[in-house]
Amino acid sequence: MNPDASTIAAGAPIEVDLSPVAEGQDIKVFWRGKPIYISHRTKKQIDEARAVPVASLPDPQSDEARVKSGHDQWLVVIGICTHLGCIPIAHEGNYDGFFCPCHGSQYDSSGRIRQGPAPANLPVPPYTFVSDTKIQIG
Amino acid sequence: MSGPSDYQPSNPALQWIERRLPIFGLMHSSFVAYPTPRNLNYWWTFGAILSFMLGIQILTGVILAMHYTPHADLAFKSVELIVRDVNYGWLLRNMHAVGASMFFFAVYVHMLRGLYYGSYKEPREVLWILGVIIYLLMMATGFMGYVLPWGQMSFWGATVITNLFSAIPYVGESIVTLLWGGYSVGNPTLNRFFSLHYLLPFLIAGVVVLHVWALHVAGQNNPDGVEPKTEKDTVPFTPHATIKDMFGVACFLLLYAWFIFYMPNYLGDADNYIPANPGVTPPHIVPEWYYLPFYAILRSIPNKLAGVIAMFSAIIILCFLPWLDSARTRSSKYRPLAKQFFWIFVVVCILLGYLGAQPPEGIYVIAGRVLTVCYFAYFLIVLPLLSRIEKPRPVPNSISDAVLAKTGSRSTPMVSTAIVLALAGALFAASADKARAEEGGTKPPGNSWSFAGPFGKYDRGALQRGLKVYKEVCSNCHALSYVAFRNLAEAGGPGYSVAQAAAFASEYKIKDGPNDQGEMFERPGRPADYFPSPFPNEQAARAANGGAAPPDLSLITKARSYGRGFPMFIIDFFSQYQEQGPDYVSAVLQGFEDKVPEGVTIPEGSYYNKYFPGHAIKMPKPLSDGQVTYDDGSPTTVAQYAKDVTTFLMWTAEPHMEARKRLGLQVFVFLIIFAFLMYFTKKKVWADSH
Repeated sequence: MNPDASTIAAGAPIEVDLSPVAEGQDIKVFWRGKPIYISHRTKKQIDEARAVPVASLPDPQSDEARVKSGHDQWLVVIGICTHLGCIPIAHEGNYDGFFCPCHGSQYDSSGRIRQGPAPANLPVPPYTFVSDTKIQIG
Repeated sequence: MSGPSDYQPSNPALQWIERRLPIFGLMHSSFVAYPTPRNLNYWWTFGAILSFMLGIQILTGVILAMHYTPHADLAFKSVELIVRDVNYGWLLRNMHAVGASMFFFAVYVHMLRGLYYGSYKEPREVLWILGVIIYLLMMATGFMGYVLPWGQMSFWGATVITNLFSAIPYVGESIVTLLWGGYSVGNPTLNRFFSLHYLLPFLIAGVVVLHVWALHVAGQNNPDGVEPKTEKDTVPFTPHATIKDMFGVACFLLLYAWFIFYMPNYLGDADNYIPANPGVTPPHIVPEWYYLPFYAILRSIPNKLAGVIAMFSAIIILCFLPWLDSARTRSSKYRPLAKQFFWIFVVVCILLGYLGAQPPEGIYVIAGRVLTVCYFAYFLIVLPLLSRIEKPRPVPNSISDAVLAKTGSRSTPMVSTAIVLALAGALFAASADKARAEEGGTKPPGNSWSFAGPFGKYDRGALQRGLKVYKEVCSNCHALSYVAFRNLAEAGGPGYSVAQAAAFASEYKIKDGPNDQGEMFERPGRPADYFPSPFPNEQAARAANGGAAPPDLSLITKARSYGRGFPMFIIDFFSQYQEQGPDYVSAVLQGFEDKVPEGVTIPEGSYYNKYFPGHAIKMPKPLSDGQVTYDDGSPTTVAQYAKDVTTFLMWTAEPHMEARKRLGLQVFVFLIIFAFLMYFTKKKVWADSH
């Protein structure tokens, strides 16, 4: 009952052009049926994410470990709440990040869980920068 | 199924079979001669009611499966086509969907009856555990069945429930992938759920056979909890129990038919009339009412894994009930303390169900935690403790003693308990409705609709005027893709003739093809064509409307709702109020105001609407006075337009409503007469036994 060959083939890597995404904006693309949020973070959002002491987080992880160095303004996360799989809304909640409308989990501008029932941070999908304005997810 | 039978059929052909396969003897000893305690009350008829419901679900389900398409792109539409085009498809679908709720309602009564009268105690432990297994299978079946219509709640319910398994350490993620057959809930998930939803009822039927077998070996428990000792304590199953069960089933059918014919959507969620969309999560994901208590337990635990464990334990703990409660007295009738705690437990379950439908914040979370503790405390502390410290009242020597003692005293107030039960059920059920659409929208005012109530009919004039409003105004942006031109000439609709519908269709240009040259072409519409969409696809609709795609209007009056609040939804059950959707649609059409009240900010490109949740709607004010001309002299005001187009959209959502209500009346007349006949026959049969 595992995924069949065509499902796996359809889950091949995709390329996303980042040039139209302005600072402070984010886009949602679908990969493997999952929504992937790509946020072009503002300076303020980055600073907020880095100012938090890592040890105080429910799922400790530094912002640097969640983005590609040299591309610190880009946050790429799978937009599926780690609680029970709803899609969080971007730019909502108390932490300048994501807010899940189902059970009230709140994520910060690095996609890390800050408040609510979710146990873990929003996962970062495997991706690489093909160029400065293009990433390949998968 | 209780030992050898000395039954011999008189017909020689049957004797021939009987010598080779003693099936008639088995039937005779199980369902005719089988001795049943003579003091059973009506709570014992729920076993028969449940068997009946299982039969109904399998029968309607098999026919529905003949018309259903298990594909992510087609499932929602195929369900709509069942309701609209299949002969009596609306009846089959309502029977099956409402049937699931009634099945669970009956099983909860059945389980609570077992709990109250101690039916799980020695020697009926295996019987009880088989029952818990049936219940678990029912939950799995009900959940997968709810996924099949592939609406928003189906999709997101499936996502949330399958994600429960990801809480299991190490293997959780692989289990979830296995359930999905992909990387998320999608077409493979729908396919396997359909397959399993078809399979599981037959497993249930198999376990039911074991359940009945175990019952007939141990014998039925009874309200006094003393085993039958002499023949005076029992009566033969047929005719006594058979006729009593038939009366019980007839009464149950009245409740069932109330939902099927008059309020089929009362127990459902309006969001499930919106096709599944993996990119949009509904604001509140609420499971069907029968899972709500367990959902509340899940959510009250802040840790994910612990929450999932607590939820499953809440059911599994029932298996250990025979050993947790070691009191020797079975029936709570003779256990003054256990009786009180039982009713407290019932209230705890109902309140948990209510909380399961509320948003998980503030006081609801705390109340949920307290009640979760109460739920488990009943099994783990109260029952073991009571069996040690409680002093039960003396039980009667035998069943016949109990019956004789009772004849003098008052009879059981069966009717009043049934009403209380119906009320509790309604409260429990409708709490699911409540959790919706309360984000900042003002409650729409009620209207008097011609189609409301048990004898409601569509106002033909309003339908025709509403069609005109749709055609001239709404259809510029909104599709009506489930409605065909032929529907305009169907009974219960706007009342056009076939020729008028054909002429109406021919005014439209329909894209067809490819032709022999491989090219698409346009031709005039035919009655069999569906209303064409204003946009070629959703993206185009989105792009042309500032990012918000105008929703399809075919089902809009059923896909929109608003919370009715605590006492109202109980009153709605009796008043058959079903018009939240139309009230909302009509209110939104009239709710545009130029002056934005203080404290509300409306983003660029949105408009203020008093009744729209959040108040910022992307649709500009669509109707203004005098915009559409009417030939019949009706006032050309926004209020009249809103009323007419809402009536029209109610018809597009429920084209067979008039047939449904008409058949409902006939069914009710029949059922009431049948129930009376059964009641008097039962009285006659039992005349000597009471």
